Amino acid sequence: MLNPKLKLNTKIFNDDVENISMREGFGRGLLEAGEQNKNIVSLCADLKDSLHMNLFAEKFKDRFIEVGVAEQNLVTVASGMAAMGKIPFCGSYAIFSPGRNYEQIRTTISYNDRPVKIIGSHAGVSVGPDGGSHQALEDIALMRVLPNMEVFSPCDINEAKKITMAIAKTNRPAYVRLSREKTPIITTEETPFEIGKAETYWMPEIGIAQVGIIATGELLYNAILAAKELESIGIKTKVINLSSIKPIDTDAIIKLAKETKAIVTVEEHQIAGGMGSAVAEVLAQNYPVPIEFIGVKDLFGQSGTSEELIKFYDMDKYSIKEAAKTCLRRQEVLKRKN
Amino acid sequence: MAYLSSEKINELEIKANEIRQSIIEMLIEAGSGHTAGALGMADIFTLFYFHILKHDPENPLWVDRDRLVLSNGHICPVLYASMAHAGYFPIEELKTLRKFGSRLQGHPHREYLSFMETSSGPLGSGLSQSVGMALADRIDKKDKEKFIYCLMSDGELNEGNSWEAVMLAGKNKLQNLIVVIDRNNIQIDGNTEDVMPLEPLMAKWRAFNWKVMQVFGHDFKKLNEKIEIAQEYENGPTVIIAHTTPGKGVKEFEDDYNWHGKAPNKEEGKMALNELKVESIKLKE
Repeated sequence: MLNPKLKLNTKIFNDDVENISMREGFGRGLLEAGEQNKNIVSLCADLKDSLHMNLFAEKFKDRFIEVGVAEQNLVTVASGMAAMGKIPFCGSYAIFSPGRNYEQIRTTISYNDRPVKIIGSHAGVSVGPDGGSHQALEDIALMRVLPNMEVFSPCDINEAKKITMAIAKTNRPAYVRLSREKTPIITTEETPFEIGKAETYWMPEIGIAQVGIIATGELLYNAILAAKELESIGIKTKVINLSSIKPIDTDAIIKLAKETKAIVTVEEHQIAGGMGSAVAEVLAQNYPVPIEFIGVKDLFGQSGTSEELIKFYDMDKYSIKEAAKTCLRRQEVLKRKN
Repeated sequence: MAYLSSEKINELEIKANEIRQSIIEMLIEAGSGHTAGALGMADIFTLFYFHILKHDPENPLWVDRDRLVLSNGHICPVLYASMAHAGYFPIEELKTLRKFGSRLQGHPHREYLSFMETSSGPLGSGLSQSVGMALADRIDKKDKEKFIYCLMSDGELNEGNSWEAVMLAGKNKLQNLIVVIDRNNIQIDGNTEDVMPLEPLMAKWRAFNWKVMQVFGHDFKKLNEKIEIAQEYENGPTVIIAHTTPGKGVKEFEDDYNWHGKAPNKEEGKMALNELKVESIKLKE
């Protein structure tokens, strides 16, 4: 069942569940944060409307800087503004930022300790027809590996807004990855978000969960759908939304592994180095259990619809269900050996 | 800004000589580091720290201070020496350069020496940061109260990021941004004009709507005049291309790109210090 404490969207399983792009959540969050704190500024590399930064730019003309198609300059100018007490949000597509400007982020933001917030939109294969050159599948790995950089991946428009407003209040460098597509609304305004904390979105009505599914980003929706269908065939699961990838909720992950002894991670990202790897690092050190990773298997993306691509790269609800079953089988083999 | 009297110029020459001695001493002790650029920029750093900058070594994070952003961080021995002589930290500490646990990291790191304007080392991002500072000043309407000085190397202009910043500063007509380029014509692999020709350099900056001047980088009077003109120019950013001699002050090191990334050994250092001390006596006569 959906966790009633979280006040999730009651329409999640409806055919007409609302689909909105989480980019709009960022745009609205940025505007509201900017209204609350005059030191918030924003910068964009020629993608203002796409990132919904036009909301902020129209209201606060002198606090918005357009740098043109220059992503290295984007984050480094932001670093300079932060040196003067501003809290800059820089927006571009995740494939360019981080990516093209990785060293500048490392040196002038993380290493230099400036409170710059980097927003990478159009992450994942769900970018669609633009093709593989525009589908960022490496950004979680790149950013979580930097000291002094927080990493977030919201599941929907509401969470994107909350994350934006939460990081606006800190003096720490942060990265937020956003999807391009209109995706289902999973949460409501009442659903909590806290930096470093992961909530359980789906749990068995009674009894212990047999598989723990840890998902991040819009694919949380597929994970919940998979969980519902697994329940109908007698497999109880718990689904956690890991929207705060760094800092990571170590306790929640270990607790889940102790309960289920089988974990599936789900992300729209290369398996190598992403959120699943972060989970594996926690469990390998604290409570090793079989893990199955849902993600891209060392391939680039390509053109297609979001739905086609998610299916092609084995990240749909069927793949998640299969992974859960595989994990259960692995767990059973281990039990027999012991 | 005050006119430079010949007494003041003599004071600056003596101070620059002291800073050069500190640079050599630091590098001998460290056993590694960048000699040519540090020595070459000693006069410009002296002029900034002892005449131009609006700053307070006892209140290093004073919010209304001028900002001096060193973009080519590898010449940090001259930054550290200038700051020490100006009173930011004890001159004794200079001998800890590049050592484990030192505040004086091999390339500037703000985590260790918190009152530098930025960390640096990788080339090409100092100007972008300076542009950001100037943009923040404009938002806060403080761009008529202070200056952002960005010191860059010529070789660093190979980096595309530099030109992104040049374009943005020109677009925004950032009047309190002043760049000084250490035009010493050397980089690691040789002469700049052999590795990646920069000429016509002045024309390049002008094309991006900057006011451009050039000056001999070891003439205090002329440097001061150009900086004053830059400060008074209100229509946009200014760049001063300062022609310097790499390794200036030690004849054996001058005009030799091999001294870009090398520190003097004990004998070379001793020879250099002797030469600087002889010069110091002449200056004080």
